[in-house]
Amino acid sequence: MILNQFLVLAAVLFCIGVYGVLARRNGVLVLMSVELMLNAVNINLVAFSAYLHAAAGQVFALFVITIAAAEVGVGLAIVLLIYRNLHSPDLDRVEQLKG
Amino acid sequence: MLDYAWIIVAVPVLSFFLILFFGKKMPKHGSEIGITAVGASFVMSCVAAVQWIQRVEDATGKGAGEALKAFGKGIIPTATEHEAIVTPVIHTVTWWRNGFLTFTAGTSIDGLAVMMLFVVTLISLLVHIYSTAYMHDDVRYTYFYAALSLFTASMLTLVVAPNTLQLLVGWELVGLCSFMLIGHWWEEKANTNAALKAFLTTRTGDIGLMIGVIVTFFAANRTFDIQRMNTLALEGVNGHTIWLVGASCLLIGIIGKSGQFPLHTWLPDAMAGPTPVSALIHAATMVVAGVYLGARVYGVFWQGFSIADGGVNPMAAIGAITIIIGAALAFVQDDIKKVLAYSTISQLGYMVMGLGVGAWVGAVFHLFTHAFFEALLFLGAGSVSHSGSHHSFDMKKDMGGLRKFMPITFWTFMIGSLALAGVFPLAGFWSKDEILATAGQSGYEIFMVVGLVGAFLTAAYMTRCVWLTFFGEYRGHHHPHESPKAITGPLIVLAGFSIVAGLANASAFGIEKFKEYVEPHGPWFPHVVQPDFDIGLAAISFAIVVVAIGIGLFFWLDRKELRGLKGLTARSGAAKAGHGFLVNKYYLDHLYEGVVVAGIKGPIARASYWVNMHVIDGVVNSVGKGSAALGRLTYRYVDRDVVDGAVNGLARETDQAGGLLRPLQSGRLQRYALFLFASVGLIALAIAIFG
Amino acid sequence: MVAQNVVFWILAVAMVLAAIGVVRSQNVVHAALYLVVVMAGAAAQYILLAAEFVAWVQVIIYIGAVIILFLFGIMLTRAPMGGDGDLDNDQRWPAAVVGLFLAGVLASLLIDAFGDKEVAISGAKGAETLATGKSATIADLIFRSYVVPFEIVSILLLAALVGAVVIARRD
Repeated sequence: MILNQFLVLAAVLFCIGVYGVLARRNGVLVLMSVELMLNAVNINLVAFSAYLHAAAGQVFALFVITIAAAEVGVGLAIVLLIYRNLHSPDLDRVEQLKG
Repeated sequence: MLDYAWIIVAVPVLSFFLILFFGKKMPKHGSEIGITAVGASFVMSCVAAVQWIQRVEDATGKGAGEALKAFGKGIIPTATEHEAIVTPVIHTVTWWRNGFLTFTAGTSIDGLAVMMLFVVTLISLLVHIYSTAYMHDDVRYTYFYAALSLFTASMLTLVVAPNTLQLLVGWELVGLCSFMLIGHWWEEKANTNAALKAFLTTRTGDIGLMIGVIVTFFAANRTFDIQRMNTLALEGVNGHTIWLVGASCLLIGIIGKSGQFPLHTWLPDAMAGPTPVSALIHAATMVVAGVYLGARVYGVFWQGFSIADGGVNPMAAIGAITIIIGAALAFVQDDIKKVLAYSTISQLGYMVMGLGVGAWVGAVFHLFTHAFFEALLFLGAGSVSHSGSHHSFDMKKDMGGLRKFMPITFWTFMIGSLALAGVFPLAGFWSKDEILATAGQSGYEIFMVVGLVGAFLTAAYMTRCVWLTFFGEYRGHHHPHESPKAITGPLIVLAGFSIVAGLANASAFGIEKFKEYVEPHGPWFPHVVQPDFDIGLAAISFAIVVVAIGIGLFFWLDRKELRGLKGLTARSGAAKAGHGFLVNKYYLDHLYEGVVVAGIKGPIARASYWVNMHVIDGVVNSVGKGSAALGRLTYRYVDRDVVDGAVNGLARETDQAGGLLRPLQSGRLQRYALFLFASVGLIALAIAIFG
Repeated sequence: MVAQNVVFWILAVAMVLAAIGVVRSQNVVHAALYLVVVMAGAAAQYILLAAEFVAWVQVIIYIGAVIILFLFGIMLTRAPMGGDGDLDNDQRWPAAVVGLFLAGVLASLLIDAFGDKEVAISGAKGAETLATGKSATIADLIFRSYVVPFEIVSILLLAALVGAVVIARRD
């Protein structure tokens, strides 16, 4: 297996995740896109771990998963709060910092 | 004294200020200061004269006694004995320096200056004494004496001037004093008019004088110094024409000041002043300032008018014309002072003509003698008016037969008249004869004839004058008596001088003292003709004078031979026209006042006013309006549009830029995230390409 | 060799399509389910790379907990269950451009950097690859070399827990 195929796959997934973060209106969907990006990163890490015979890559991937989980929890709590205050999960409504 | 000659000038200046400040408080109201000062100047002038004579003797190597050996020989010393140079004593201080020019003031004492110092101070002193009686109880007695002192000081400044600038200063000052003194009784408008006429007429001549000073300055290679100027003129540097121009301009100044034709019209009117003033200023001293200028700067005239060549030149011609017209006008005057004024004009003509024909010594000698007898005649006329005709000068109305009442005045006046007419051996004979002889022997024969005619006329009108005043029956209504001693004293002194002064240069007897000491010896003086004494000419002139007096006497004594001439002007139209022409003074006054002055007062003045209002004020106003308009434009376009526009525009653009940039901060996270990822991608690309 | 490649390619295509579904689906729940597919595919990739422990942890944690969490979140933020309206905001096209641009940059860089390097799966190298994914190896690494990050992560989890509760608390 060529290393690059994993890496390019990861890159493509990452970029789709980027699109999702930028283009999605719903806060939950944005978080999902972030998960997509994190998964892409994980694939990258594990691919290199297998290529370099270094288990540290996998350890790193484990940590990423853990942290992703924590992050989703807090993120959703925030989206909930936004929903509660604005009565809509629409991120376009969140513009109090408008200049 | 020669080296300290400035003191002679300074003393009258000091007395002027002293009289002004202290005169009113003095017991004699300032006259004592004046008399003392001028007296002191006179004494110092005499000392200077003696010193000068000594100087000449030393330079020419002759002892004082040598002159007596020439007595009786009838020989004129030959030219070789006069080749020795006698330099004048010159002392100057630098008045002001300007770049390459230095203006000096000081004294230049030579024979001519010494002679003038003597004459001016003597006559001034006599007039001072005379005025104590004549001007007694005058309303402005003290100022009169102050003005006399100022005049004396100014004339002396003129006389000792080493350069033409100081001469000009003195010239102007004496003109000022003349104005002040003629208008002394300014309560009468006629007097102020006369003073103005005198001042303005001489001013017209002064234009020529000033231009002449400038031209000769350049002609003499940029110097005002008279000695250098004469020397350079005689060498003919810078060509002949510039000297001709300079001499002509200076001649105009002489015409104005010395009452030559055509600017003589002021002199008769100047008789409106007090008689002592007329005697001092308008007979003996100020009017001869012009002649003095001519004698001083003679090299310029000699070169400019080519006097050595004979024939005709402007100076001689004007002098000759003046002789005749002055004498002619003296016949028709009823005012005794006016007769004397015209006789002064005529005699001044003699002097100028004398200079013009090269008779330098003759002209200067005539100046010397004329001062005495003309001053004597004026003071005599004043004495007559003071004591005889009760302050009137009209011969026909208020005088006549006064010889019985005023013997001293009569005899002194007689001596003065005979001297003026040129009767041997009185002073006028010698000086007039010198001029005529030189004219005849220098190629100016026509002027000699004119001079003889003038002598005839002079004798004739003086006979008339003397007759009308002192002979016949008394026509006045007052009580004539002799004048006080203060008046008669000076008359006697002057009569004495009129008798003996001529002997100073009695060439018939071989005495040439005057010429010896006064004529300059040096390269600044041309080689003038030294005339031989012509016994024939002297006899002719004497005969002419006698004949004239005789005709006059016959006429006035009413002898039957000449009875037909009486009342001629009433009967004959031609004679009446001629008489009218003379009485109206050749209509010159009409010409000057009616045509020249009125022409300037009217159209030219109006034209000037128009130019002033429309052109000059127009320029000024338009500059003002233009500035205001410029200000408005500046406000509108520069200040309002550009400056304010810039300021406002800056604010507006900033606002709009802010408005444009505001959407960047939309408050929307995803927008920020877009920019973030785009930038990261670009940076990564950049690093990939360039890194 | 060929078998792994085939599996890989099938999985890759499936994952990419599912990922596009996540970001383009107009139904939130559908998006979540597409995400499940992506994560499952990822787990399968890990197994391909001989990282079994990570694969199973992925399944348990991600699919088992995170997705459930997502579904709860969806549930709590959609009062009316049903149609969602337009789920895309107005910067779709700039986002697409950026995404494509990034993809291009990354892909070209990766291909340029790594070329044809291979992950060894056969032979002595392959044995080593396999040995890398053993649980014992990973455990050894975690508790020996990376014990401090491990502890910190546990504290992080605690903080996240407390934080989520605090944020979402209704008071």
